[in-house]
Amino acid sequence: MSGALTTTDAAAGLLAAATSTGEAVQFYALGAVAVAGALGTVALRRAVHSALCLAATMVVLAVFYLANGAYFLGVVQIVVYTGAVMMLFLFVLMLVGVSTADSLKETLKGQRWLAAACALGLGILLVGGIGQAALGTFTGMGAANAQYGGNVPGIAERLFTEYVVAFEVTGALLTIAAVGATLLTHRERIEKATSQREQAEERVRAGRHLPPLPAPGVYARHNAVDRPGLLPDGTPSELTVSDTLQRRGQVREVASKELAEVAATEKRTADYHGRGQEERP
Amino acid sequence: MESLIGLLVAAPLLGAAVLLCGGRRLDRAGHWLGTALAAVSFALGAVLFFDMLGRSGGERTLHQHLFSWIPVEGFQADVAFRLDQLSMTFVLLITGVGTLIHLYSVGYMEHDARRRRFFGYLNLFLAAMLLLVLADNYLLLYVGWEGVGLASFLLIGFWQHKPSAAAAAKKAFLVNRVGDAGLAIAIFLMFTTFGTFAFGEVLAAADGAGEGTLTAIGLMLLLAACGKSAQVPLQSWLGDAMEGPTPVSALIHAATMVTAGVYLITRSGAIYDAAPNAQTVVVIVGAVTLLFGAIVGCAKDDIKKALAASTMSQIGYMVLAAGLGPIGYAFAIMHLVTHGFFKAGLFLGAGSVMHGMNDEVNMRKYGGLRRHMPITFVTFGLGYLAIIGFPGLSGFFSKDLIIEAAFSAGGVRGWVLGGATLLGAALTAYYMTRVMLLTFFGEERWRHRPTATPAEPDVEPAAGRGAAAPGRASGQTAGQAAGAAAEPHPHESPRVMTLPMIVLAFGSVFAGGLFNWGEAFVHWLEPVTRFEHPHPPLPIPVITGATVAVMLLGVGLAWLQYGRRPVPVTAPRGSLLTRAARRDLFQDDFNHAAFVSGGQHLTRSLVYLDHTVVDGAVNGTAAAFGGLSGRLRKVQNGFARSYAVSMFGGAAVLVAATLLMRAV
Amino acid sequence: MNPANYLYLAALLFTIGAFGVLIRRNAIVVFMCIELMLNAANLTLVAFSRMHGNLDGQIMAFFVMVVAAAEVVVGLAIIVMLYRSRHSASVDDASLMKL
Repeated sequence: MSGALTTTDAAAGLLAAATSTGEAVQFYALGAVAVAGALGTVALRRAVHSALCLAATMVVLAVFYLANGAYFLGVVQIVVYTGAVMMLFLFVLMLVGVSTADSLKETLKGQRWLAAACALGLGILLVGGIGQAALGTFTGMGAANAQYGGNVPGIAERLFTEYVVAFEVTGALLTIAAVGATLLTHRERIEKATSQREQAEERVRAGRHLPPLPAPGVYARHNAVDRPGLLPDGTPSELTVSDTLQRRGQVREVASKELAEVAATEKRTADYHGRGQEERP
Repeated sequence: MESLIGLLVAAPLLGAAVLLCGGRRLDRAGHWLGTALAAVSFALGAVLFFDMLGRSGGERTLHQHLFSWIPVEGFQADVAFRLDQLSMTFVLLITGVGTLIHLYSVGYMEHDARRRRFFGYLNLFLAAMLLLVLADNYLLLYVGWEGVGLASFLLIGFWQHKPSAAAAAKKAFLVNRVGDAGLAIAIFLMFTTFGTFAFGEVLAAADGAGEGTLTAIGLMLLLAACGKSAQVPLQSWLGDAMEGPTPVSALIHAATMVTAGVYLITRSGAIYDAAPNAQTVVVIVGAVTLLFGAIVGCAKDDIKKALAASTMSQIGYMVLAAGLGPIGYAFAIMHLVTHGFFKAGLFLGAGSVMHGMNDEVNMRKYGGLRRHMPITFVTFGLGYLAIIGFPGLSGFFSKDLIIEAAFSAGGVRGWVLGGATLLGAALTAYYMTRVMLLTFFGEERWRHRPTATPAEPDVEPAAGRGAAAPGRASGQTAGQAAGAAAEPHPHESPRVMTLPMIVLAFGSVFAGGLFNWGEAFVHWLEPVTRFEHPHPPLPIPVITGATVAVMLLGVGLAWLQYGRRPVPVTAPRGSLLTRAARRDLFQDDFNHAAFVSGGQHLTRSLVYLDHTVVDGAVNGTAAAFGGLSGRLRKVQNGFARSYAVSMFGGAAVLVAATLLMRAV
Repeated sequence: MNPANYLYLAALLFTIGAFGVLIRRNAIVVFMCIELMLNAANLTLVAFSRMHGNLDGQIMAFFVMVVAAAEVVVGLAIIVMLYRSRHSASVDDASLMKL
């Protein structure tokens, strides 16, 4: 380790030993942000918003770690939590459906009141307990960090000597977790995937829809994929809309007004050509 | 020769096993197999009999030890047989009459789909009965005793589709159970007193035991005899047992099984000789039953039930004689054998009559059958003459000897017993003449049948008459319905049925005389039963004359009542005694009032107790927990968030507790 | 500034997180609230570390982070599985065990 780093560490250790007015300002300002983030996590209807609020809280906490002389943890908090873990959350949110907003209406009778009572009770108890405790002042991290020449070397020294068994076990835990997650999300394919050629041959053998399916949204005004195309007689054809949308129930109905317009256009065309009623399709 | 004894039992047992396990493929020939094995048993018995005759009196008893059944220190039960003159007499009676009845059943059961099974049961009965009389100890006797009970149950309920038959079988089984319990207790007492069950050792040691113990054993044995031999107070099952097929009634409920009680008392003679009080009770039971049965027999219109009452009465004679001690044992057995002949013959005759009359059993609907069934008439008539004690026929000798022995009992007792037996003889003559006249003489009442038959007096609709009453009623109505459907065409039964009747008629006529020829039978049995000459207070010719006189009186009375005047098809109301006798002198009512209703009340109150207290406690606990869990269940609503609230609340409580502990 | 202020803040954050766990139905948001609670605990550890001048508290916080990361990985995998099979990420929908 370089000497410069060591001196800054020592200064920081000294700084962590006492609380300055600056730290108090920082605490109150960022503490408010942290609480607001936490409340937002709990109260916002969209999970993505919750995740962002949580990320904000975590960043604030990272700053608090740094202020408390835990440089290593502060950085790890940023990298691991706001970086990796929150990204994981967001990935899963994407998988599950990012746009859906949760209903905050309580379905379990009395759950909200019970939860509020418990939370309030616990909060009062914790605050009361902390208030009762004889805490004294900060000793500061200076001596502890200086012993091994800095916060990171200090943590490394403890981690690889005193806590090495726990460290190894945690490593094993992480490996197992990774393997477990892979196993859980893995889906075994139990039959051979049909190739495109086989699908085509199958279609020919069945004798249905050899040409491509008809296109949707003949009279669409905007995103037309979910709007069925109309047959010559004006009725909507289910063939034109993607199977997936049909299954999801996301097919838009063609309004009767539009159908009437189609019929009127047909009539005008027929009149223009002077065809009789019986000749019309 | 000893080795043949086991075969006596084994032959019918083999028949039963083959017939009952063999399945349908034996349906066509199974009855002949059963009959043949019964005949084999009889042949073996005959061989052993002649062998026994060839030896002198002291060496006549044979023993066969098959194997040690329960060899335990201090408890030695053997499967061993003892063939002495007493057993021999029974073996010949059982196998002889048994074979004849097997033969008869071939014809009687011809149209029954379950004939093979019937013969299997009959063979089972023969095996059990032979085991009973051949056993060398009381425990093995008990096995046979239960075996005949089982066979009797199966055969009474053979037509199990009739509820009446099923109920009758159940009744017989239950009543017998009371007696069987007596036998079991007697065996227990013997074992504790003598330390053994073997006849030889028990009877030899009988003198040495205390009189109280012997009286108890004697009374318990008497209870057993009462159950099996339908003596008062366990007599009620025999009448209902007539629901079984008639060959069964002839073999089991007339000739053999019901006499097992007499065998038991005679076999245990040494015990009774040393316990005069028990002997007195035996005599009282015999006398009461002989009159009881005779009175009931006078009123019954059902031919089989009349004969069953007569059986009860005749066995009463035997029990009475057996209760008289050495002067009566031989006479009891002699009457037993002659009775076996004539009563079996009478039952077979009754079966033959029913066979020709569409299974009608009401004698008031018979009449004038002698012209239609000559062989049945003659054989039945000979049996009739034998049972009423017509001079020269079997019953005359055997019954007259019992009456003499009864008079010889000494003092007032002798006069009372003698009077009772004489009265019984008169009643026997009366009711048998009634049966005879109603069945074979008079106008042919079956021809002019009224279309609607009123209910028989025998079947008074009484709600509380015990288990068998409703069943019996339905059985009768079923019989009436069948009888009303077509006018019967009385006809003589086939040869296979008449042949046994003829043979038995010969026995009825000659057996008594043969046995009494120079007191041959008495001397034959004397080594086993001992014998003392009776010394009646009156000269023997006087007693014989009186017997014949009361017999003629009974016949005359019956003739006055049923011979001279036309017999109404519907029974008249009759006197109080008649109505009581029709209801078996209220025996079922008595049993019902004394035991059944009390038991029912007890069980009902126990059921009530069970429902309210026991079940109440159990169900109450269950309901309490059920209600509690029903409320607690709502906590378990399946929502993880609810559980989380509980957990969170718990955590808060823990924090509070920790802080509180710190503060204190 | 009173050092206890960090602890009060942590208690507040922890309580808010717990409340969120109890009232939110979206499993992912519930998970986020759990992360919030873990972070609140970490804050106390760091504050105590500074109070005592001892690195052990920070190391504890480090382990908490690692374990939390592992937990997130597995937990999110479970949520994805749940979503695949039930087409919902609501914790109330996974109530099959109820009577």
